[in-house]
Amino acid sequence: MPFYRSHVLVCVDPECLAKGAHEVVDALQDELVAQGLLDEIQVLETSRIGSCSDGPEMMVYPEGVHYVGMTADDVPFLVEEHFLKGRIVEKFREIHKAVVDEELGPLRPKEVRVVLRNCGEIDPMNIEEYLAVDGYQALGKVIGEMTPEQVIEEVTKSGLRGRGGAGFPAGRKWGLTRQVPGDIKYMVCNADEGDPGAFMNRRVLEGDPHSVIEGMIIGAYAVGASYGYIYCRAEYPLAVETLNVAIAQAREFGFLGNNILGADFNFDLEVRVGAGAFVCGEETALMASIMGQRGEPRPRPPFPSVKGVWGKPSNNNNVETYANVPQIILKGADWYASMGTERSKGTKTFAVGGNVAKPGLIEVPMGITLREIIFDVAGGIKDGKQFKAVQTGGPMGGCLTAEHLDLPLDYEALTQAGSMMGSGGLVVMDETSCMVDIARFFMDFTQAESCGKCTPCRVGTRRILELLQKICDGKGERGDIEKLEDLCHEVAKNSLCGLGQGAPNPVLSTLKHFRHEYEAHVYEKKCPAKVCRNLIHFEIEKACTGCMVCARNCPVEAISGERRQIHLIDVNKCIRCGICMQVCNFNAVSVLS
Amino acid sequence: MYAPAVEREIQEVVQEAIEKHGCRRDAFIPILSEINHALGHIPAEAIREVKAQINHEGNFVSQGQLYELASFYDMLSTQPRGRHVIKFCENAPCHVVGGKAIWDALRETLDLENGATTPDKKWTLVTTSCIGLCSVGPVLLVDDDMYGNVTVEQLPEILGHYE
Ligand SMILES: Cc1cc2nc3c(=O)[nH]c(=O)nc-3n(C[C@H](O)[C@H](O)[C@H](O)COP(=O)(O)O)c2cc1C
Ligand code: SF4
Ligand code: FES
Repeated sequence: MPFYRSHVLVCVDPECLAKGAHEVVDALQDELVAQGLLDEIQVLETSRIGSCSDGPEMMVYPEGVHYVGMTADDVPFLVEEHFLKGRIVEKFREIHKAVVDEELGPLRPKEVRVVLRNCGEIDPMNIEEYLAVDGYQALGKVIGEMTPEQVIEEVTKSGLRGRGGAGFPAGRKWGLTRQVPGDIKYMVCNADEGDPGAFMNRRVLEGDPHSVIEGMIIGAYAVGASYGYIYCRAEYPLAVETLNVAIAQAREFGFLGNNILGADFNFDLEVRVGAGAFVCGEETALMASIMGQRGEPRPRPPFPSVKGVWGKPSNNNNVETYANVPQIILKGADWYASMGTERSKGTKTFAVGGNVAKPGLIEVPMGITLREIIFDVAGGIKDGKQFKAVQTGGPMGGCLTAEHLDLPLDYEALTQAGSMMGSGGLVVMDETSCMVDIARFFMDFTQAESCGKCTPCRVGTRRILELLQKICDGKGERGDIEKLEDLCHEVAKNSLCGLGQGAPNPVLSTLKHFRHEYEAHVYEKKCPAKVCRNLIHFEIEKACTGCMVCARNCPVEAISGERRQIHLIDVNKCIRCGICMQVCNFNAVSVLS
Repeated sequence: MYAPAVEREIQEVVQEAIEKHGCRRDAFIPILSEINHALGHIPAEAIREVKAQINHEGNFVSQGQLYELASFYDMLSTQPRGRHVIKFCENAPCHVVGGKAIWDALRETLDLENGATTPDKKWTLVTTSCIGLCSVGPVLLVDDDMYGNVTVEQLPEILGHYE
């Protein structure tokens, strides 16, 4: 038996064979013969070296070098470099991508993935992987077999509604944009996802950008648009990069550009990056920003379908809305409409955050209850605590309580309950959250993000925030709660855009469901959840062993006491930061209100 | 991260940005973002330079227009910033999982209020909008580096990475 100095293992799994593994093996044999290395190097066929995603793959031992993606033509060079000169060919070397996917693990109970189906499954930077999972087949079907009207009909029939918040039927919007006369029309994709706690769109853009692009191309065909913009927030640099790569590849494969798939249909696309303004998620502001202006909303009508980017008819949809489209075309409207409730069809992605055991991204059929989401899908409340409330619909949405847990989630049910679907952020709160503090928090956000164009929102949100701050600070007076309520109604009624109209929602909904907490702050100067700093104090109890850890960690040296003696907090010095409570190993520090 | 760029000529940075994005009206925001990234902020000279370089061949922009944009968008800053910018996510999802304690500790450790810069110009502390990493909250960014599941105890170590 000859003694080989190297062994080359070539993967011959179907995926690698399809990419030319046999040719590589043959070329290797030929080249080894030509170089007189046949006695020194053995070539073996094997399976499952790596993921096969970048095949053909081979391993060279004893060095243990993993090569991927070479063709038969590369073999002579590889043999010369590696086996004659002993140099590793970096170009083909597999780079280990550490794919840690904590957001989106394996399918959880009750999940159905339509929009997220490819996320984490395919390499978003490689269009061929998308093609391998039926990518761009829907586009082929649309161009080959369907008229624009039929596409609109199909999307309408599926019941798909806008996933950006308002839930306007997507097919109907496409139909409106199509009807408006004009030679130049635009497709716009809203990827500004600004709601705190919402990162569903980011995951799709980073994990499956082609599904969004394909959806947009199909939409362009349907409405008669020739150019498109994806407006992506600057906070998502990876999404921007992934989109740019995907667009370039789609262009290379002829899915974008002139005469797409040989048809008389031209469409191209670019990414526009925001610069940090939440209000740019509002569609008219978004379009102003695309045109290089301040992102200020303008009154509608005219709606973008009539007058959008550069004054032309423009169809704007959310990332997730578009990402649903290829599947609807491929599997049919009836399949899509078989999921969900009477008026809200299909699935919805949610980003579940806050105090749940398993936060992260999920996709569930419409009509599922909050209880199922929080307890079955997201693992219930963390650390054995009690569920208190859940904020749905982002900063312009509302807080729902235990009494809403069995509500089937759809657009109408959430609106009736005083909240909204919004983009799909769910912030779950346990008993340690103070609802007045939470309301102040959301108000702080919307107030800072108000563009200032209209007075009710600019001034009103500031007044509301001041009142909430006053209440949290323990300075609330009789009448403040009523004043707060009036102000909220005024701002909601008179503001120009959805930001001002929705800003009071968190306050109104917490006032509705947790009025007693507001009252405790104002009348009893107590914060029942023991959160608001001016209304709480810390005490060290008998369990204290006098270990001095708290005294050492207190930033203002408010804790005194001898070793092995119960310590004491000086309430006048204490800034109520709670560090002592965090560092105590004996649970001896308690917070009171 | 900004340090080497500061030495570059403002003119050069502006020229590069314009070459990359063009002179049309819809290039103004990308141009300003580019300058902000290269220089850490948008100095008055850069605004003058953008105006000077854009205004030819039928293109026009006023300084006022550029300032209007710079003041509207949060990521554009006309004020100089420290060598490192800490962006803390102070949004509800991060807040309820412990962000509040971190925010307090940060302000205390650095003796800074939101938006301020330390006298030695090392740190600027600002809040950021949600960066979509809420499932690993609390989250903070130092320059472009992301830190998730941050605890108060980790802060000295994180800040210690930066010169
Ligand atoms: C203040 C504000 C912020 C918004 N932010 C977003 C957003 O981040 N993403 C989004 O798709 N829609 C957002 N919208 C809704 C859009 O104006 C628009 O309704 C939506 O993009 C339409 O797409 P759809 O029909 O597919 O839902 C926002 C609206 C308002 C008033
Ligand atoms: S409601 Fe607020 S955000 Fe909307 S236009 Fe008016 S000021 Fe701007
Ligand atoms: S809320 Fe902090 S990253 Fe989303």
